[in-house]
Amino acid sequence: MADLISLSEICISSASKAWKDDGELLATGIGLIPRIAAGLAKLTCNPDLMMTDGETFLISKPLPMGKRDSSADLIEGYMSYSRVFENLWGGHRHAMVTPTQIDSFGQTNISCIGDHENPKVQLLGVRGFPGNFISHKNSIFIPNHSTKTFVEGEVDMVSGMGYNSHHAHAGKPEILSVITNLGVFDFNGPNHQLQLLSLHPGVSADDVCSNTGFNITIKSEAETLLPSDEELVLIREVLDPLGTRKLIFGE
Amino acid sequence: MNKVLTHHEVVDQLSDGMTIGVGGWGARRKPMSLVRAICQSELKDLTIVSYGGPDVGLLCAHKKVKKLIFGFVSLDMIPLDAHFRQARQNGELEVMELDEGMVQWGLRAAAMKLSFLPTRVGFGTDVLKYNPEIKFITSPYADGEEYVAMPALNLDVALLHVNKSDEKGNTQIYGPDPFFDEMFARAANKTYVSSEEVVSTEDLGGKEGAIFNRFERSLVSGVIHAQGGAHPTSCAPSYGFDMEHLKTYSAAAKSFSEYSDQFLNISHEDYIEAVGGETFINNIPLPQF
Repeated sequence: MADLISLSEICISSASKAWKDDGELLATGIGLIPRIAAGLAKLTCNPDLMMTDGETFLISKPLPMGKRDSSADLIEGYMSYSRVFENLWGGHRHAMVTPTQIDSFGQTNISCIGDHENPKVQLLGVRGFPGNFISHKNSIFIPNHSTKTFVEGEVDMVSGMGYNSHHAHAGKPEILSVITNLGVFDFNGPNHQLQLLSLHPGVSADDVCSNTGFNITIKSEAETLLPSDEELVLIREVLDPLGTRKLIFGE
Repeated sequence: MNKVLTHHEVVDQLSDGMTIGVGGWGARRKPMSLVRAICQSELKDLTIVSYGGPDVGLLCAHKKVKKLIFGFVSLDMIPLDAHFRQARQNGELEVMELDEGMVQWGLRAAAMKLSFLPTRVGFGTDVLKYNPEIKFITSPYADGEEYVAMPALNLDVALLHVNKSDEKGNTQIYGPDPFFDEMFARAANKTYVSSEEVVSTEDLGGKEGAIFNRFERSLVSGVIHAQGGAHPTSCAPSYGFDMEHLKTYSAAAKSFSEYSDQFLNISHEDYIEAVGGETFINNIPLPQF
């Protein structure tokens, strides 16, 4: 099985570990890989996680990607948007998100590229990033690690706060894990510098450095732990039987 | 008491420069027939407050928006709204860009007749840089913590779409998530509600129906019967969003007049026929996320 493991599966397995010590937090994986990863975490390293059906209800078993018979969902609770705000302001959530830009301070942007008055590219707007990053744990998945995503200087519109926030009471964000198509990282280097924890198969530290717009700490150049046979079965047969994960890297 | 109005009677109550809040969320339960009626009118220079979807896009395409107060604009399955993007990238919009929760906090402050509500949200981000009118407040208690003082978002008018209503403005929302429609209604001087069905009070379903009554009728100034009024957005549990129409709408950013002639400069009844009819709309399956 091991020789057929794909990059998306490696990312899902690595990303799932972000939630392993969270207990009963609400796990929100936004986007294809983070969502499958949150489901994998619930089925492996943290069965206590709470998770929604992607809309309004808390469900006991992670939902597979693609169409399903929703009458079979095992619903255990309610999580309207209003409830999500109450939950997140209390810090009871760990989200995994995909910002368009991230900088050396861990500041993230999903709002717009270029000048805020007259943006070159208008994206979503800051959405819930300001509240999320100041209130609860976040992890990050970046499918296209490059100097356009890991930018020099600061991101164009700071949507999620970074470790350079000097506000006495607001404190620092808690960015747990950063998973990209090149490797696994965290922000626990000296002075919260981004640090490399492992490299995906076939990737070198030079590849990472030349695709990052700022200096990083190389803590380890070990190869990323590959998904276990159990994880592969869960990803392929339970969480994503239609193989939607393959779209992300065109596998 | 009879609050039933036509779309045009609602538009006649509005004036240039008003601050209008639009209920729903993204591509879900938007009062689109009222939005289209505004697009057909001579109204201009509006300030729009919205968890934005095609309501914001259509109003931008018709140059109705002077200022947008928002956290996001998205069509859900289609992540970005082409018309809103075009307006922003052409530098046409004044914006107050906020965290989604700050929008709720501003509406809640207005609903409670407060000038602001404190929050930590905004610190460490460019939301404060680009909204220098937002000020700060220090806790008077021993902690002395400094907070963002999110100002009240007072609305002249709120526009909402619901599943069922009576003539008095007793409304019911059956979708599992009522979003923040209640806050919009409470933050506004006047609230106009379009409704899939307008029935007698006897037909509101008694106690079981009343659980879905999210805000009281004294907040409602007008009820508009508009079956399919949320199309092309969803109105759970009756219908999902019309993906094909949202694609057509998105593509119209390149040449808007054709879309406008086909779908906008017509009555609500003709619109429903033009997009496929009531039966077609009620058969659009609910989305799965």
